[in-house]
Amino acid sequence: MSYNNNQQRSFFLNVDWLTVFLFLSLCVIGWFNIHAAVFDENNPSIIDTDTRYGKQFIYIIVAIVLGIIILLLESRFISALAPALYVATTLLLLLVLVKGHNVGGNQAWIDMGGGFRLQPSEFAKFATCLLLARYLSATNVKVTDPKSFLIAGAIILLPMALIKLQPDDGSTLVFCSLIFVLYREGLSPYFLIVVGLLITLFITSLLFNSWYVVAAIIAVTVALALAIKRNRGLVFKIIIGAAISIAFVFGVKPLYEHALKPHQRKRIDVVLGITKDNKGVGYNQNQAKIAIGSGGAWGKGYLQGTQTKYAFVPEQSTDFIFCTIGEEWGFAGSVVVLGLYLFLLLRIIMIAERQRAPFSRIYGYGVASVIFFHVLINIAMAIGVMPVIGIPLPFISYGGSSLLSFTMLLFILLKLDSNRMGVIYA
Amino acid sequence: MNSFFERRYIVAGIFIAFILVLLGRLFYIQVVDVRYALYASQNVQRKIMLYPARGPILDRNGKIMVQNEPVYDIMVIPKQVTPFDTVEFCKLLGIDKEGYNKRMIKARKYSPYLASVFEKQLSAQLYASFQERLSEFPGFFPQQRPVRTYPDSAAAQFLGYIGEVTDPIIKRSGGYYSPGDYVGITGVEKSYETVLRGQRGVQTWMVDSHNTRKGLYANGAFDTTAVAGDRLVSSLDMNIQKLGEALMRNKIGSIVAIEPSTGEILAFVSSPTYDPNLLVGRERGNNAAKLYKDPYKPFFTRPVQALYPPGSSFKPLSALIAMQEGMITPQTVYVCPGYYQAGNRRIPCFHHEVHGAVALSQAIAHSCNGYFNMVFEKLVNRFGARNVDTGYNAWRDKVAKFGLGSRLDLDLPSESRGLLPKAEYYDKIYKKGGWRSSAVISLGIGQGELSATPLQLANIEAIIANRGFYYKPHLIKSIGDKQVIKHEYTVRNYVGVDSQYFRPAIDGMQQVVDVGTANGSKIPGIIMCGKTGTAQVKNQLDNSVFVAFAPRDNPKIAIAVIVEKSGQGATWAAPIASFMVEKYLTGKISTRSSGINPEYYMNANLLPPVVLTSSEKRQLHLDSLKKASADSVAKLKLKAASNTPPKNQPISKPTAMLPKRKDDELQ
Repeated sequence: MSYNNNQQRSFFLNVDWLTVFLFLSLCVIGWFNIHAAVFDENNPSIIDTDTRYGKQFIYIIVAIVLGIIILLLESRFISALAPALYVATTLLLLLVLVKGHNVGGNQAWIDMGGGFRLQPSEFAKFATCLLLARYLSATNVKVTDPKSFLIAGAIILLPMALIKLQPDDGSTLVFCSLIFVLYREGLSPYFLIVVGLLITLFITSLLFNSWYVVAAIIAVTVALALAIKRNRGLVFKIIIGAAISIAFVFGVKPLYEHALKPHQRKRIDVVLGITKDNKGVGYNQNQAKIAIGSGGAWGKGYLQGTQTKYAFVPEQSTDFIFCTIGEEWGFAGSVVVLGLYLFLLLRIIMIAERQRAPFSRIYGYGVASVIFFHVLINIAMAIGVMPVIGIPLPFISYGGSSLLSFTMLLFILLKLDSNRMGVIYA
Repeated sequence: MNSFFERRYIVAGIFIAFILVLLGRLFYIQVVDVRYALYASQNVQRKIMLYPARGPILDRNGKIMVQNEPVYDIMVIPKQVTPFDTVEFCKLLGIDKEGYNKRMIKARKYSPYLASVFEKQLSAQLYASFQERLSEFPGFFPQQRPVRTYPDSAAAQFLGYIGEVTDPIIKRSGGYYSPGDYVGITGVEKSYETVLRGQRGVQTWMVDSHNTRKGLYANGAFDTTAVAGDRLVSSLDMNIQKLGEALMRNKIGSIVAIEPSTGEILAFVSSPTYDPNLLVGRERGNNAAKLYKDPYKPFFTRPVQALYPPGSSFKPLSALIAMQEGMITPQTVYVCPGYYQAGNRRIPCFHHEVHGAVALSQAIAHSCNGYFNMVFEKLVNRFGARNVDTGYNAWRDKVAKFGLGSRLDLDLPSESRGLLPKAEYYDKIYKKGGWRSSAVISLGIGQGELSATPLQLANIEAIIANRGFYYKPHLIKSIGDKQVIKHEYTVRNYVGVDSQYFRPAIDGMQQVVDVGTANGSKIPGIIMCGKTGTAQVKNQLDNSVFVAFAPRDNPKIAIAVIVEKSGQGATWAAPIASFMVEKYLTGKISTRSSGINPEYYMNANLLPPVVLTSSEKRQLHLDSLKKASADSVAKLKLKAASNTPPKNQPISKPTAMLPKRKDDELQ
């Protein structure tokens, strides 16, 4: 209890203000770029609530209030509430499938009245992170233990499956990022290597003749085997791996053609350059690339982006918000924004690692992974190195659900961190 | 912290690596690859051409021959159309519901956001009634467009017409024109295209992704304005031009009148003609097709494209050359037995008239063939009968100096050269050395292989009027507000005959009108010098030719009139020329002692029955089988010159309302 008193007294000292500063910077950058992206000459004021930028202003205020509330919470509740939150979001994910509001083919929204809609998948992200942290931090649980691994996997896969039914591919994919959490907690590095290998094989098999890929695999295998021929066990494993890889290579194309929907295949084809379709499927991405590319080193200036102003890029205030940054602020703006994100991510890792409580650490890694995946996929999509997957850029994209859920995600970590000297939660 | 503590560096490393990859890619597309900036400006910038008003054309007295008149296209922006009273709308425009739907679908296909033409070229009247109710029809608006208009409906072949550019023109222009532009196709509109069209302006607009205009790029800093085309002042005199067209109504032929002291063309009549207003407006296509199919070929610019043997009108020229070469003097006498014996050929005088002893002036006045055959033979045989080719070429070169056998470079397209063969031409026919003067003797009286355009004939009269030189005939007096006159039109071209030799020839020409073949066309108070010609064409009625200039001293007008297939020069061409000359010199037409009056000539119908060549007949047959395009027929018909002798028996086209020749009118 004495710790608690100490904590109460130095509450503001314990908050990681640097992270709060990064959070606010990104929110303000987002707000200004939304202003540019959907600028309306009739409502030029950035706080005009008839517009998206005015609404985003309100969301930011709400987010800050929410952040303060979270910081004022009793932190032991957080761990205790994790299962309840998880169950609640799971129920919401079920509800949205039944009564949801369909936007752009995704049944992802629940009408809240008053023009506001709730996107349960956004909240599922931190609920999952919380429950995963709580489960993995239990004393008798180890990721290396198959049973624990399966349960941890199940915690991640359940919301993924429900979101995939909406079907919101972007949000589904985000849950994959939690593999970083499992890795940090002891998952064999082979998992990361295998995942990386599979992605590489998938892309190369689509791009090149299967036989060339097979030849390459054999060449690499032989080279590796010769290099480490003393370690017979490892050589054996490599050969097994190569055999599985070759099987995978031949399996990719049938899998690709049958498991993916036509529009998904088209998007991938466009990114890989297999097909060129700047008028149809590739239109958005091509225009996004033009917007960003035309920004040059220093950008066209605030409210001066022609691609932005004249509506060449669709979804520009939400998923393609990075186009506005790239066009109006140029490479300099890109560096600043990506720099802020990288700074934030490294800071979160630092925060996570300084926690005495495993729960806080694991949760911290969850936060970092989710934010990292959002940033990576969103920007990679905007510059045309990944297929179009609709997920928001954290703190920057327009949208209340997204901003509030990221705020909760981040501020729960800050709350845990501000309390790191306190009770160690089991 | 646990045993996997060091893995934080792996995770952080992965984060850093991926962010760096993104930054690398961003560096490439934003800084290294400059194409995207270009794509972005292509997206957003639209160059809009500003079309200048085409220059007007005035006649020599400042009367407007062609100018621009606004017509109104009804434009529609499909996205802005909200439900309205379409029945009333269709009634106003005179279209049905189906036509309305068709047009809307077309417009929507073009673009739902952009304006496209709904209905073309409303007349001012229709537009007025539409304008009043415009506010009831959302999404529709009028757009003014200038079209050419011809207040006098005259001088069609001179003015020519404009039309949309074709691919070859676009190619030749090196990208100046783009599809949809209008360009001069024939006539002055074509030859002065670069002057008339003015200078186009360019505006660069910013457009959004729906192609809606959002404002001028850089506030118009790089835009240029359109500069209107220059005004042309034509040399034509609309008074006599219109008179000439009236006199030539229902006749085939030409009138060309030139002011000898400048080379300015005063009248340029090609008959049959058409109303140039027919080639403007909504009915343009139909009218053009009809005109192309017209068997009398109204698009054929006879003054410069039709070729006629000059016939007797050539005789003064012969006399001039012979005097200059010292072959004859004005006193040289030929005793005419009613014919000329050339080798074993006997060339009769007209109507086998026996002229007796005639000197130069009488020979011209009475058009004695014998005299001029004699003159010609002297000329070509002057190096001996064996060296006829040398003599012939010397004669030919002299004649060529008068502008025959080559283009006069009139400022109008498609001018013909005419025909003035060289000795080599006859060498080919008769073998070298295989012909004598008798073979070419009919050239001496303007027949044979000789043929000339009406313009060339009129120019010869201008030369005689000037006593030995001419200015290049031209149709445009001056260009633009600065009244620029082309330098080439201010240069005298001498024909190599000294001025003293003209007197006797002109004496003869004066007698032609005073007492000779054309005495019926004498103008009270004006001394006109002329020469009739009755150019013979095998198996056809003669072409009536008359050339003249007036007054004798200080001549103001030189003229050539040809009425095809009508008879003698004195019968049709001479009276018509006399009316033109008098009207030009005095502004009116007086009562003639011979009793001729212009109304009679205006009302006379001398159109010959339609004669089709076998290829035309075949074409006509094909036309009736499958409706071939009017274009190809027209080309075919234009190819066949109007005076091509018929290869088949004349047939009448069953459909055309062909006026019957009234032969009794000739007498």
